[in-house]
Amino acid sequence: MAQFSAEKLNKVNEIIARYPAGKQKSALIPVLHLAQEEFGGWLSAETMDYVASLLKIEPIEVYEVATFYSMYNLKPVGKYVFEVCQTGPCMLNGSDDIIEYIKDKLGIKVGETTADGLFTLKTVECLGACGYAPMMQLGKHYREHLTKEKIDAIIEECERNAVTNN
Amino acid sequence: MGRKLLLEKAHVPGIRTYEVYRREGGYRSVEKALKTMTPDQVTEEVKKSGLRGRGGAGFPAGMKWSFLAKPEGVPRYLVCNADESEPGTFKDRYLMEFIPHLLVEGLIVASYALGSNKTFIYIRGEYAWIVDILEQAIAEAKNNGWLGKNILGTGFDLEIYVQRGAGAYICGEETALLESLEGKRGNPRIKPPFPAVKGLWDSPTVVNNVETLAAVVPIINIGGDEYAKIGVGKSTGTKLISACGNINKPGVYEIDMTISVEEFIYSDEYCGGIPDGKRLKACIPGGSSVPILPANLLLKTAKGEKRMMNYESLSDGGFATGTMMGSGGFIVLDEDQCVVRHTLTLARFYRHESCGQCSPCREGTGWMEKILKNIEYGKGKKSDIDLLWDIQRKIEGNTICPLGDAAAWPVAAAIRHFRDEFEWHVLYPNAAQNRNYGLAHYADPLPVAAKT
Repeated sequence: MAQFSAEKLNKVNEIIARYPAGKQKSALIPVLHLAQEEFGGWLSAETMDYVASLLKIEPIEVYEVATFYSMYNLKPVGKYVFEVCQTGPCMLNGSDDIIEYIKDKLGIKVGETTADGLFTLKTVECLGACGYAPMMQLGKHYREHLTKEKIDAIIEECERNAVTNN
Repeated sequence: MGRKLLLEKAHVPGIRTYEVYRREGGYRSVEKALKTMTPDQVTEEVKKSGLRGRGGAGFPAGMKWSFLAKPEGVPRYLVCNADESEPGTFKDRYLMEFIPHLLVEGLIVASYALGSNKTFIYIRGEYAWIVDILEQAIAEAKNNGWLGKNILGTGFDLEIYVQRGAGAYICGEETALLESLEGKRGNPRIKPPFPAVKGLWDSPTVVNNVETLAAVVPIINIGGDEYAKIGVGKSTGTKLISACGNINKPGVYEIDMTISVEEFIYSDEYCGGIPDGKRLKACIPGGSSVPILPANLLLKTAKGEKRMMNYESLSDGGFATGTMMGSGGFIVLDEDQCVVRHTLTLARFYRHESCGQCSPCREGTGWMEKILKNIEYGKGKKSDIDLLWDIQRKIEGNTICPLGDAAAWPVAAAIRHFRDEFEWHVLYPNAAQNRNYGLAHYADPLPVAAKT
């Protein structure tokens, strides 16, 4: 079973130390973020059970949190996840067209992953970039003022990175 | 040019770093508060300032602080609400991203006033890169003696931690936020008890918005009375407005609440007007949950007075003809936008974000989205409009937390002011698939009732 490295375990303990004794469950959301980053971009039942054992809580306490928050992926995703905002302010600035364009370009529907496992397309609700619409989240950062040309460039950038990282 | 208290230095090169921030006068308020004032005196200044919570509810911040229970031997906590998620709102992000030390400084002063030795910034999970910026600022502040043990030799200890959420609008509601901080689902708690008595880990807790806590810095520097002189009436100080939608200059603006809505939209100092010379159709001035107003009611109140960018004027006329300042998320719709489609995106948002605890919200938000989808895609019936009205009324006021109201209000206001646009969608579904209803009469001057 996959486990955190010593360095990541230190990070977990550092987070737990912020809270009063016995309140280590408070670390659950940050530790699930760490686990998702470390173990392939999603949370398997095995990963969640591991997190439960680290925090000395019941597995169900992890499942109910993992299923509540939208940033946790409960099934495998592509190497690059496009999370495109579709809420009011982005819609006013053409997010519907951007989503259609990505669907066409990648040949997938919302929620799907390309056959080569590189790209997943998700729609998300307001990410707080309304003044820089339309936008999407890609990994840790936002890509803003999206146009079709920018989407082309982002896809190329991801494909290039995938080659150099392999 | 209005007075700036928060963003005045935001564009100084390098202001994100401690050295530049300090050189520009940063952390003076901490010196003043910790060395020359008691915690109660700090709270008193905040009370005098008239500062209202900047997250959306507008509750007086000093009063909130004074409710904090102080039993002996029990820790107290300050939690900064950085879960900014209300559509149209991106002001806290701007503040944290560009001038993070201002928030850290405000947190130190507020923690001193409230007696919090451990303060948490709960930030929405998607703002992942801002966590790094804040943690860097916190580390710099600590290295320079503004955090840690015995700060400035006063005996006051403080640590600040940043904790990320994981994608849930509801965690902006303060009790849901506390649940989330405790590692649980973001289900709002039943109140009372209020967090001021039983909050984080059952200890007395104050939860304040980022902008509210940043505003503590100028309040301490210039004094509560001076701060209260800026603005008008109960809208004291300055307010950050995040402007978006169909405008030439979207962005975050600091206003002193004495300018008119018209000036804010059309002046080059602010939004710079509407692109391509299009006309204004509607606007949601305070984040997606506050009532949308057609152009004519937005620019002038029902009494025929110029509508101003402050708490009182925006809510003039109640929900019948007014709206709210809310979070300051200012969303502009031009004449080519469809109010039905826009309302549908908001209904979808609230359905997605309902925590599911209360039936009226869990079920009602889903129904509203479905019915709006039918209307938007040419499958609506005329009775659907009344049904929508009925559903929103049954959600409002019948839920544990204000998400129910937040979901009901946009639908109610859209029907209240744009009913003929909804009816047009139902009566002419084919036309509605091909073109928009347009500006119609929404910018026409309204008859003003004679003064009695």
